[in-house]
Amino acid sequence: MRFARKSKVASVIPTASMADISFLLLVFFMVSTVFVRYRGIPVQLPEAEKIEMLESRRHVTAIWIDRDGRINIDDQTVPLQQVGRVVHAKLSANPRTVVSIRGDEQASFGLVSDLLEELRKVEALRVNFSTRREAQP
Amino acid sequence: MKWVRGARVLPEIPTASMADIAFLLICFFLVSTTMNQDKGLSLHLPAMGEGKEVQSRNICNLWINAQDDVAIFEDDQLKPLPFSGLRDELRRRLAENESLIISVKTERGATYRTFIDVLDEVKLAFSDLARPTKISIANPEG
Repeated sequence: MRFARKSKVASVIPTASMADISFLLLVFFMVSTVFVRYRGIPVQLPEAEKIEMLESRRHVTAIWIDRDGRINIDDQTVPLQQVGRVVHAKLSANPRTVVSIRGDEQASFGLVSDLLEELRKVEALRVNFSTRREAQP
Repeated sequence: MKWVRGARVLPEIPTASMADIAFLLICFFLVSTTMNQDKGLSLHLPAMGEGKEVQSRNICNLWINAQDDVAIFEDDQLKPLPFSGLRDELRRRLAENESLIISVKTERGATYRTFIDVLDEVKLAFSDLARPTKISIANPEG
């Protein structure tokens, strides 16, 4: 016995909600995007194993130190004595600021130590020494 | 003279290309989004004048000299330590003493890389233990 088909189901993918879906995705990307604003100076970061991720880029202030001992914050060379003032201004604008120290592996520790002292003076106590992930043997 | 309107244009915004536009924007944000997070060794510095008195038996002094050699300062003398054996040595000491603080003292002439390497080793030595990481960064002049 043969069954006769009652009705034909049209094989059409509904596209009416396509725009809604894409706009939803668009909003997600717009919210999550952080544009790279500062490129810093070329440094060779040291490697480390016990790496921790920083929660959000919005709270990070990067201090670059190159091998010649130049300190750079937000694409501007800052003398050591001014670092405290600059970081203090950032800390007052955002108390959750984490200072990320991006030192060249050949930089001298003396300068890094002086920098840490300057940070302590302005109560910038959350510090992260930026590193690359060590290649697993 | 009066102009007669021909056909009425329906005031409708064409929505057919809406999805195309949105997808184009998505592509732009996908390409320009940077998901790479900042990573590194975190440290909480002590506030100014927050020095604590610690019993000398509860502190392990690591010393890095200007030639990037590592040594342990113990019984008023420096005992050189190969970098490869640092982690195990620290683990052994941490297992012996529950409240051991590791103090890293680096000379000004040492490279930043050596300091980071030693700090990494200290953090790794602490990582197996269920207690807070106690690291002190000693002032080179102090």
